Amino acid sequence: MTTKAFQKIYTKIDNINKATVTVHAEGVGNDELATVGGKLAQVVRIAGNEITLQVFQGTEGIATDAEVVFHGEPPVLRVSDDLAGRFFDAYGNPLDGGAPVEGEEREIGGPTVNPFKRIQPSELIATGIAGIDLNNTIVSGQKIPFFADPDQPYNQVMANVALRAQADKIILGGMGMTNDDYLYFRNLFENAGVLDRIVCFVNTTENPPVERLLVPDMALTAAEYFAVDKGEKVLVLLTDMTLYADALAIVANRMDQIPSKDSMPGSLYSDLAKIYEKAVQLPNGGSITIIAVTTLSGGDITHAVPDNTGYITEGQLFLRKDSDTGKVIVDPFRSLSRLKQLVIGKKTREDHPQVMNAAVRLYSDAANAKTKLENGFDLSEYDERALKFAKEYSEKLLAIDVNIQITEMLDTAWKLFAKYFTKSEVAIKEALTEKYWPKNA
Amino acid sequence: MKTKGKVVGIISNIVIVKVDGPVAQNEIATVALGSVRMMAEVIKVIGDQAYVQVFDSTRGLRAGAEVEFEGHMLEATLGPGILSKNYDGLQNDLAAMDDLFIRRGVRTAPLDEEHLWDFKPLAKAGDRVEAGDWLGEVQEQWIAHKIMVPFVMEGTYTVRSVAEAGKYNINHTIAVLEDAEGVSHNITMVQKWPVKRPIKAYVSKPRPSRILETGVRPIDTFNPIADGGTGFIPGPFGAGKTVLQHAIAKQAEADVIIMIACGERANEVVEIFAEFPCLDDPHTGHKLMERTTIICNTSNMPVASREASVYTGMTIGEYYRAMGLKVLILADSTSRWAQALREMSNRLEELPGQDAFPMDLSAIISNFYARAGLVHLRNGATGSVTFLGTVSPAGGNLKEPVTEATQKAARCFYALSQQRADSKRYPAIDPLESYSKYLEYPEIVSYLDEHIEPGWAALVNKGKTIVQRGKEASEQIDILGDDGVPVEYHDRFWKSELIDFVILQQDAFDAIDANTPLERQKYMFNLVLDICDRSFAFADFQHCTEFYKSLINLFKQLNYSEWKSDQFAEYRKRIDEQVAKQESNQ
Repeated sequence: MTTKAFQKIYTKIDNINKATVTVHAEGVGNDELATVGGKLAQVVRIAGNEITLQVFQGTEGIATDAEVVFHGEPPVLRVSDDLAGRFFDAYGNPLDGGAPVEGEEREIGGPTVNPFKRIQPSELIATGIAGIDLNNTIVSGQKIPFFADPDQPYNQVMANVALRAQADKIILGGMGMTNDDYLYFRNLFENAGVLDRIVCFVNTTENPPVERLLVPDMALTAAEYFAVDKGEKVLVLLTDMTLYADALAIVANRMDQIPSKDSMPGSLYSDLAKIYEKAVQLPNGGSITIIAVTTLSGGDITHAVPDNTGYITEGQLFLRKDSDTGKVIVDPFRSLSRLKQLVIGKKTREDHPQVMNAAVRLYSDAANAKTKLENGFDLSEYDERALKFAKEYSEKLLAIDVNIQITEMLDTAWKLFAKYFTKSEVAIKEALTEKYWPKNA
Repeated sequence: MKTKGKVVGIISNIVIVKVDGPVAQNEIATVALGSVRMMAEVIKVIGDQAYVQVFDSTRGLRAGAEVEFEGHMLEATLGPGILSKNYDGLQNDLAAMDDLFIRRGVRTAPLDEEHLWDFKPLAKAGDRVEAGDWLGEVQEQWIAHKIMVPFVMEGTYTVRSVAEAGKYNINHTIAVLEDAEGVSHNITMVQKWPVKRPIKAYVSKPRPSRILETGVRPIDTFNPIADGGTGFIPGPFGAGKTVLQHAIAKQAEADVIIMIACGERANEVVEIFAEFPCLDDPHTGHKLMERTTIICNTSNMPVASREASVYTGMTIGEYYRAMGLKVLILADSTSRWAQALREMSNRLEELPGQDAFPMDLSAIISNFYARAGLVHLRNGATGSVTFLGTVSPAGGNLKEPVTEATQKAARCFYALSQQRADSKRYPAIDPLESYSKYLEYPEIVSYLDEHIEPGWAALVNKGKTIVQRGKEASEQIDILGDDGVPVEYHDRFWKSELIDFVILQQDAFDAIDANTPLERQKYMFNLVLDICDRSFAFADFQHCTEFYKSLINLFKQLNYSEWKSDQFAEYRKRIDEQVAKQESNQ
């Protein structure tokens, strides 16, 4: 942040605690940024002329005579087409050694789109992953997180989705990302030759956690520039939102707020919703689609972070390791895309909804058979077939390393149906079975 | 002379104002930020400092900013033109905003002031009237919208004059009333009412005595909601709360539907915006949008107006009830409203109750639900407000403050179960956990005797018992294995499955199955119970399973067939044949 003329400077700090400092100052606006002893801070409380500032990096080493400079404005991002291909920190400063971006200053975390002006999402985003495209189709303007345990390859899956999706811009917001993961994304984007479509805002584990709070707003301000001003289709990747929530909890705690469930602040729902609800299909054809990562602890989705997220997002993609095939799959039971109804069978082949449901139903028959087996009961001949089907379905369709077109996914499903089941067991509408059941089966 | 003040403190959206005169609790104020005027509400007063919560972001607000107090509480504007409007929580008309974004401080008029309404007088000079009495009516969509004596007017008035039939705008004086002191009052088609106060322009509020048809079988057949009743739908995410509420909004036999999207997803509201203008009301054939008003305060809109949105919706509902109409209010989700209360309470540094919710949460929820109800109006007509809210319990656990507080206030409980949702048994209303207290009301029992069939309530209980016994049988089968229990256990289990698949499950995306009129529900329930009454002889459990599986399939086809069509008769015949064949095996 560059300093500007006529900024108010103070040199007498009254109180200092772990996260905040208090200073007497006049004419300061709420949410305004300031620099305290060279560290960035934001106004969080005004009581007369007593101003409380939250120092993002923490207050270590700040002296009572440190210089406090008020910037006169809340956090901003300079937006222009030059953002493309650049890597920034949480404040929007270049990380790639390049020059700062010139452009119009926009306040981050700006106003919301009037719901009445929104358009109903209707465009499919193809990822090549059947666990997504076939069972949980993503639609532009949707917001959907991956729910995954920390050991699962969610960043790789998300990167694949990003590269295959035909988005005009991909904006990555990295929160508490390890340096290794940051370099992974950077190399991947460079090698894929898509740098001109990428914008990254990254807070790594080397940076103070509270800085993360700026990352989603930075990423989404850039996204709104490309989607609203330029009419582009923008894909925003946010990883990891659980670490974002952890930073919220840290701040709430330091501000003496009373915690609610799982030590999270009472405003967690609103805080997360403000981010996710930026996903939108605009009347000008532009759109913002948000794919996020919420890491779980031991698959527990009742924890406050995944729980609140689930109430906000339009479904979730659940990654799990399949013991039959040893591959990571998109769990067909616990995953859900709430917007898939808007496209499947309409933008895709007519048999899509029925094939999807039949396959999941047969897969669940296999799951029941497995339970029976575990409880020491005998398997019927049907159970045996269901189990074989489940293994091949998992390998050929659910696994995240699959990369095929939707039509091919549907054909594969029909082949598996014919291989293991009779037409009446599959129980798909007759007209469709006539048309798509493999002839030489 | 309005009270004025200056901002002295800011904590997020709570602003502390030093005032120069009297202020009232819940009074509305405007906070100036440059040229922008932001609305705020007084929530606490300490000495000459008023704590106001601002209905917008306070970013950039400075100490010293001017504040003006309006002398009234948050009010809804009531008059013809509310139906088919899309409002935010503060009753701004969203469609009238030009910008793509909702800018701070933007206000739009709730009602069209230019539109000319075709007025017909109902009262005449010399009539003695009170608040809520009908002076005239205009045709709003297909509803006769009554122009009433404003609810704020206390005591009895004499009608001096009423405007002749003709076309007037909402601000035209359509009647002149004279009070006891001989002072004249000009009445227009618009009135205002503070949203947090119930409208009490009625003679009595009797116990509900009839049911409200929703077309949703697990509700109407198993746990009916009363016309003028209250109910709530708790469920974890993905259990289908919103789909169920939309289904009820589309099908319920009500004159006016108010949908409050309170802190929920914007895309869900967009779905209503896109669909409702095209769909027909199954009871009147008019477009659904014509009887619907949407109050939309999505999750990313300011938290304070989220709290206001439920009150705004309820006030509009009470207004239409005073016209002798049946109003259904749906709120999705009341948990978000409770969370808004929690955020405010937290900022005010109040001592928290359980899960950091305010201590009086339970009282606030009870007071709100109590505003629903059936009423007798002064002119002998009846009107009703039926309220159905969803609750989003944290982690799907029903032992949390909002669910528990709501359970005390609402009379119907539709528990959505994760297990049912996982096995795609929609609507995921748990048949054993859920209840309707109305089934215990003698008034409702005799209504059911008269309007469905004698002894109906007993039949419903019988159905519930079959489901209960089926569940017990299924637990035994799971423990002992298919072969380890007598075949009767399987028979018992499959009879409960028959009720589950045919009555309790319903395809909300199928044009025919989605909406089942009461007559058809009666027919289907009797048909299913008749089979449950029969005893069949099965060779083994596989035989039993096959019989019921194929029977259920036929029943599903029956549900998908048009009522009383040839196709319907054909499936009915095949069901009878299959049952007869099985019985002759004995």
